[in-house]
Amino acid sequence: MTTRTAIPLVLLALLGTAFFTLFAGYVPDAELNRTAAYYANQTVAETGAQNVVTAIIVTYRGLDTLGEVTVLFLTAAIVGLVLAHSKAPKGRSGSGFLPSGELLTTGTRMLVPVILLFGAYVFVNGHLTPGGGFQGGAIVASGLLLMLLADPAERFSHGLISRIESSAGLTYVILGLLGMILAGGFLDNRILPLGTFGSILSAGAIPLIYILIGLKVGAEFSSILTSLEETEDAE
Amino acid sequence: MILIQIAMLLGFALILLGLYGALTNRDIIRMIVSFTIADTGVNVVLVSVGYLTGREAPILDTIPVADAAARITDPVPQALVLTAIVIGLGVTALMLAYAYRLFRARGSLDISDYTELKW
Repeated sequence: MTTRTAIPLVLLALLGTAFFTLFAGYVPDAELNRTAAYYANQTVAETGAQNVVTAIIVTYRGLDTLGEVTVLFLTAAIVGLVLAHSKAPKGRSGSGFLPSGELLTTGTRMLVPVILLFGAYVFVNGHLTPGGGFQGGAIVASGLLLMLLADPAERFSHGLISRIESSAGLTYVILGLLGMILAGGFLDNRILPLGTFGSILSAGAIPLIYILIGLKVGAEFSSILTSLEETEDAE
Repeated sequence: MILIQIAMLLGFALILLGLYGALTNRDIIRMIVSFTIADTGVNVVLVSVGYLTGREAPILDTIPVADAAARITDPVPQALVLTAIVIGLGVTALMLAYAYRLFRARGSLDISDYTELKW
């Protein structure tokens, strides 16, 4: 019994020592390193985006983001697969729950449109303000979560969710391929004019790509939420 | 300077706390919660590495474009952490789904009831 408590502590002490040496030897940079300085100097000229982080995610490391969205899609698919055996029979799910009450139901009806609008605002303005497709998609899915909390028997159309998800993904890849044909390379945002710096219709294809990412991420999160919610003990 | 160190210490503390929780708890749900705490700690450390004292967020709305390189913090760790947060969410969702399957298979969420991979 003593070894069982001692082993984790020894492991953590070793890891803590490693962390401490890292921490003690860490000297913060005074200047940006070369990569970061390149992004800081070239982002506006090359992509026209105000938010440097967005330019990195959508354009400079766009392939990485495509991979990330794919990982998220795989997660949603695997969660659906793993939980498929435990799916509640149609029309029966949620029947065991107490009704959620007037306050929550009315509050949900009032808040969900605002939450969806805010999510859309966050992913449309991703190239200008903090935020973007992933954050906006998460906000949209949180609106859906609120609806599920208010009415656990509520069912969302899996067909609609997967259609939004797959068409957004397909358009994303097509936009990337268009970048190879019309501009400098895969996912190059200069297939559209860069526009006036700082306006909503600027930065080439970045707003378009971020809207697609927002829709895709929102649909993927929603699909994870609905598969988790539809799971019920069959007894 | 001091801000970076506070953030970094907090991040390392969260990592250690999360791993301690994952190693000592026998309940699978608690282990999943511990992993998300450790995950948050990694993100905090990564962001703190990209912070440069006295500089602003890498959004060029009030900062003139010409001296961007002298006034913004490092944008690369922030982009990486955005990726890490999303993947962390995916991993958490997967762990929860598998935990549910384990519960359905054996009727227990105690890790000591699952001895197949023990040696």
